Amino acid sequence: MPEVDLDVTPLRELNAALHRLTAETNERHWVIDHPAGRHAVAAGLNVPVTVQINGPVGYYCAGMNKFATVQIHGSAGVGVAENMMSGFVHVFGDASQSAGATGRGGLLRIDGNASSRCGISMKGIDIVVKGSVGHMSAFMAQAGNLVVFGDAGDSLGDSIYEAKLFVRGSVKSLGADCIEKEMRDEHKRTVHQLLTQAGFNGEVDPSEFKRYGSARKLYNFNVDHAGEY
Amino acid sequence: MCGIVGLFLKDPALEPELGRLTAAMLATMSDRGPDSAGFAVYGAGQAGQTKLTLRGSSATAIEETVAEIEDAFPGAHATLHDTHAVVALPDQEVEALVKWLEREAPDTEIVGRGTRMEIFKEVGLPSSVAERFGLAGMSGTHAIGHTRMATESAVTTDGAHPYSTGGDQCLVHNGSLSNHNNLRRELRREGLDFETENDTEVAAGYLTWRMREGLSLGDALKVSLDDLDGFYTFVVGTENGFGVLRDGIACKPAVMAETDQYVAFGSEYRVLATLPGIEHARVWEPEPATVYFWER
Repeated sequence: MPEVDLDVTPLRELNAALHRLTAETNERHWVIDHPAGRHAVAAGLNVPVTVQINGPVGYYCAGMNKFATVQIHGSAGVGVAENMMSGFVHVFGDASQSAGATGRGGLLRIDGNASSRCGISMKGIDIVVKGSVGHMSAFMAQAGNLVVFGDAGDSLGDSIYEAKLFVRGSVKSLGADCIEKEMRDEHKRTVHQLLTQAGFNGEVDPSEFKRYGSARKLYNFNVDHAGEY
Repeated sequence: MCGIVGLFLKDPALEPELGRLTAAMLATMSDRGPDSAGFAVYGAGQAGQTKLTLRGSSATAIEETVAEIEDAFPGAHATLHDTHAVVALPDQEVEALVKWLEREAPDTEIVGRGTRMEIFKEVGLPSSVAERFGLAGMSGTHAIGHTRMATESAVTTDGAHPYSTGGDQCLVHNGSLSNHNNLRRELRREGLDFETENDTEVAAGYLTWRMREGLSLGDALKVSLDDLDGFYTFVVGTENGFGVLRDGIACKPAVMAETDQYVAFGSEYRVLATLPGIEHARVWEPEPATVYFWER
């Protein structure tokens, strides 16, 4: 089990070592100490290994992640797991703005709060936030699911495409073309499945969530909607 | 880009460490602002005495000016810091000194005045700026600092932050204001002077004007949300406190930490990583369009 102390080892060396790993590697569990808010820790992973980071990280941690499990035992800066392709990123603390931005797949779990623009332009990633999310979350969200146990800030789902948003608490305001939708059984099943996948086994009742999604009125230009643009 | 740091001590035992901690925070922010750096330190003050921070065109120039000041004003006491000097003198002599400077040393600029506040700023890498002024050896109750990556105006010392907004008050800014030209014109009509084309100086002038019209700093910050267009994170220092404000979109980063010993602000968490007891601090991001203020 490789242990890397970032107070000693340069970050580039760590990331280069992680990038050299092949799918057959025996070094399947990495422990990183003293990240001290450094940027791009464990970004660009491409193999199914587990990277355990003990402490807070800076920007773009686990960005572009593919296959790997990245655990952040601390808070995460801007753009954690941005453009994730697959794998599992777990933030035990809070996440800064643009968590999971543009992600195409995989699962991002945040145990604390996520600030503004969580899931901005998400394209297939699933995001589960135990706390609340800030303003402009799921802005232009195209595909995937955002599940929020707490509240959502202003303009949730502004200009949303086909992503599904599930919020248990209050929504301060909905963005342009985002509406509340009926929570049917299939959606409860989706939420149940996501919660199980994220490790919440029966702790939360899926029927407590409300569903939000696109009214699909901005898909085609309509002069009566000019004010919405 | 640009980087901002702020440290407000609750525990007097840390006061001798203020400069050292702030210098480390500033150095970390070099990546966000390598063009110039500046900081305001709230150190010891004495009732009845005002401190003027003066900036000369060079270290020798300010040394000569200070010698002349001490001749002309026997009650004045000066401390030299590279291109800057802090001149302490009785309150009632301040206006005379200001007039004397205009007449005898027009190249010397007053960068700050107050009972406790001292402001230092220069072009260069933040760590070397901090070293030139001896920041690490300074003590006090709170400090705010700035590292600049220039966007709206040139890389000059005039464009370096903090900007003083009045006695013992100053402001640092990360972001850019889009209506600063209009606002500068309007504020000039209200009788304010501006030295530069810099947008932050306009924000500082705006707050000065609002407070002159009778608003508290907190209320001035609140109404600034309606009048300032652009994106910004502000950190302001006053004689006894410090405040934080982000615009409603809040795209400029900000993270704060609080313990029993201090409240700290950084553009990124890295800034806070060197503070004592940070691993047990409450760390959070300030909400958009919300005024935060601490006082002691």
